[in-house]
Amino acid sequence: MRVKTTAVAAGLLMLAAAACGGQSSDTTTPSGSASAPAAKSLAGTTIEIAAKWTGDEQKSFQKVLTAFEEKTGAKVTYASTGEDTGAYLGPRIQGGNPPDVAVLPQPGLVQQYADQQALKPLSTEVQTQIDTNYTPYWKSLGSANGQVYGVLVKAAHKSLIWYRTPAFDDAGTQPATTWDELIGKTSQALADSGTAPFALCGASGWTLTDLFENVYLSTAGPENYDKLSKHEIPWTDPTVTTALEKIGQIFGKKEFMLGGSSGALQTDFPTCATQVYGQKKAAMVIEADFVASAAAQSGAKIGEDAKIMPFPKAGDTAPVVLGGDVAVAMKDSKGAMALLEYLASAEGGTIWAKNPGYLSPNRNVSPDNYPDDLTKQLAQTIISAGESVRYDMSDLAPSAFGGTDGKGEWKDLQDFLRNPKDVKGTQDKLEADAAKAWKK
Amino acid sequence: MTERLDGPQTPRGDGDAAVARGASPGPDETTEATGGTASVEAKPSGTTHPALDDVATGEDGTTSSAPPALATGGPAAAKVSYGGSGNLGPSPRIAVFFLLPAFILLGAWVVYPIIYSIIRSLYDANGGTFVGLSNYGAIFSDSGTLSTIRNNLIWVVVAPSLVTVLGLIFAVLTERIRWATAFKLIVFMPMAVSLLASGVIFRLVYEQDPDKGVANAIITSVHDVFASSSGYPGARPRENDQAPVLVEKGAVVSRQPAQAGQQVLVPLVGMKPEALPSGAAAAKPASAAPGEVAGTVWLDFTPGGGTVNQMDGNEKGLPDVTVEAVSGGAVKATTTTAPDGSFHFAGLPAGSYQVRLPQSNFTQPFAGVTWLGPALITPAIIGAFIWVWAGFAMVLIAAGLSAIPRDALEAARIDGATEWQVFRRITIPLLSPVLLVVLVTMIINTLKVFDLVFVIAPGSVQPNANVIALEMWRVSFGGGGNQGLGSALAIFLLVLVLPFMAINIRRFRRDQA
Repeated sequence: MRVKTTAVAAGLLMLAAAACGGQSSDTTTPSGSASAPAAKSLAGTTIEIAAKWTGDEQKSFQKVLTAFEEKTGAKVTYASTGEDTGAYLGPRIQGGNPPDVAVLPQPGLVQQYADQQALKPLSTEVQTQIDTNYTPYWKSLGSANGQVYGVLVKAAHKSLIWYRTPAFDDAGTQPATTWDELIGKTSQALADSGTAPFALCGASGWTLTDLFENVYLSTAGPENYDKLSKHEIPWTDPTVTTALEKIGQIFGKKEFMLGGSSGALQTDFPTCATQVYGQKKAAMVIEADFVASAAAQSGAKIGEDAKIMPFPKAGDTAPVVLGGDVAVAMKDSKGAMALLEYLASAEGGTIWAKNPGYLSPNRNVSPDNYPDDLTKQLAQTIISAGESVRYDMSDLAPSAFGGTDGKGEWKDLQDFLRNPKDVKGTQDKLEADAAKAWKK
Repeated sequence: MTERLDGPQTPRGDGDAAVARGASPGPDETTEATGGTASVEAKPSGTTHPALDDVATGEDGTTSSAPPALATGGPAAAKVSYGGSGNLGPSPRIAVFFLLPAFILLGAWVVYPIIYSIIRSLYDANGGTFVGLSNYGAIFSDSGTLSTIRNNLIWVVVAPSLVTVLGLIFAVLTERIRWATAFKLIVFMPMAVSLLASGVIFRLVYEQDPDKGVANAIITSVHDVFASSSGYPGARPRENDQAPVLVEKGAVVSRQPAQAGQQVLVPLVGMKPEALPSGAAAAKPASAAPGEVAGTVWLDFTPGGGTVNQMDGNEKGLPDVTVEAVSGGAVKATTTTAPDGSFHFAGLPAGSYQVRLPQSNFTQPFAGVTWLGPALITPAIIGAFIWVWAGFAMVLIAAGLSAIPRDALEAARIDGATEWQVFRRITIPLLSPVLLVVLVTMIINTLKVFDLVFVIAPGSVQPNANVIALEMWRVSFGGGGNQGLGSALAIFLLVLVLPFMAINIRRFRRDQA
């Protein structure tokens, strides 16, 4: 009965998708590329790829797509999913009209869509590319239920603190290598100089989870990190207490955050980078490599005014937490597999790497390709860190816990920012929300 | 409808058309009933003139009752028109054929989704397992969802009545003014902006920083007219044991008691040198005359470093700081600092004194209202909603107002009623049907409010601002991935809206009768 109703729903939604002008992804469109040479094996094929990138990230990616089009003769259309990939793909999957290739912002979605049977296993050609170009850790990230479904095409380095060099010079302080130094010397000197040390992006809950993950990986170690990621240890664990208390050293000090906690909670992600580099009101922003584009837009010179320090050690481990986007096939078409193969290859990665705002997890993309030294350095750390790297914990969690605005971990850490004294209560709430999310 | 019916009556004698159409009477009639596009006069085709005459007169005489009958159902209309000539009635098959598009659209877009949502709400997140009513149970057991219901309740109680009252005030006031149309146009204009765009606008309006948010810009400038904030917000001693001063209950006090003839150092940090008043001079150690307690308050910070607790030459004093000499808990003397930050207490009785810089020196400037904080977020969003809808209410009420018989008002005025009595006892009762329509429409609008909340509330206060419609979307698509619970919320919302829909429809029917 469920099958029947779904089929009717699918029909209706298809109607809706067509009515709403959804991109038709017929693979038999014969238009264009009439002059395609024989080498262009996919001439006349239309491939639709959906990803969340906009602006510069989209521009960089479209250069890769153009290179692919020139190579194969296929026509690739890019559809932007907006910030909420799940909300975009969900109805299209239900409507039986998914894009050929989708780029998922979280490996957790690979599992979710694999369970819904919305994904197509990768062809052997794509898997060969993955085996040559990626360490097994990355391959496991794109796998679900023993099948390889996705390839990590874009990485984000989340263990960074961006700082504004003039503010540091002004305060006469240095980048920190340990957490205690960061809180004690560096931040205190900045606060004394009249510049708020941190611009926190509290309105964007994921920035707080990133901060937590770095501190937790550093204090509790990779094994505990893995356990907590899978909810094998509860959030009431003493290791979580330690991490939260460390974070409380920032959250609990009004003069350490621009606008205090109330101001931080009203600031969303790119705004906090603007506060550091545009309005020059704060000195540091704790976020990933992609702060670069926001900093550049605010007029800062990357590598001169805007520099990075590796996230300082808060415990025994120097944390390297990554985020990244996983490309999956939603239709079993030749074009989809060819595009995935291209994206997983060193060739595609190299073209991408030459454009700004991209970091490749592909070990055969030479760091020399990146347009700036900073990215080169980041790429090197990711590749050399290999198996000891950990993936963003909140992105591995069920999205109801780790990826929904105003719910789960995002909300609980925001509440913690509002009331940093209540470590115990925060842990209880985190555990309650986690238990609910994992039960489903 | 009335025009459509009456109009075609006149060219009744148009023989050619009548004969030509006579071949297919059925479709004509059905079309008349559903869309009113074809003409009635075509049907008789010269055979049933007397009957037609009856119909024509009947319709002319009862224009008020005929249109609803025609509008509500084709077959009924056909009976009225052609009571005696059954052979000319519509063939049921063709009637169904013409009704089909409407039925399909209604079925596909309204009936089926409702039924499917009800079914879906009885299944779990994956849709595979039947869970009965437990999704509905989850709505009322989850504290987050309960707060969305509470917020919706606030919305329904506050927003529609405010919109209606404001619309009424605007409508009544504009009725009398010269540039009424221009005024109405301006108030109505927000309707032309999409709710999403209005949300973006108000997100900026409510921004905390007075340089960005116009609401706080107004509030802070008004506030500063009456209570100008002065002093050195953010200035504080260094936080270590070597600092000669420390913070005590918001005031800065000297760590060691000072005797007469001693110098007191008050090094402060936490401010940018650029933020000092232009009159500030380089700090100099104050020489204490015998029997005098003296000292210096200065900004102990040089860009790039500087020696801690020492006046490095280019470090500036803080002028006009209030300094108190305290002994035994009582203030013995008060003075203010010179441009170079120095202060002197002359003529103090012998003894040891604590030097205190009261909190009033360091009060933070008034930062305006935290509109986007957890406490005010719902009222703030309701404000945006009112901005959007007040114009709509005003236009509807103004239309109702212009339809009020003037003589009733005039009669009351002649009888000596005051304007307020006229308004209260005559205008409002006569307007009440319109007011009710506006109110009920607004209630339905507030129950399904979504975009304003989604856009205006920052992520950190979304749980505080959340409403059912937004929760429904979030649970089903926006990360929650639980369309079972989402469907249950949708049905819950539907149940909440239904009574108001019923009121509106009943009202509408009664007006028609």
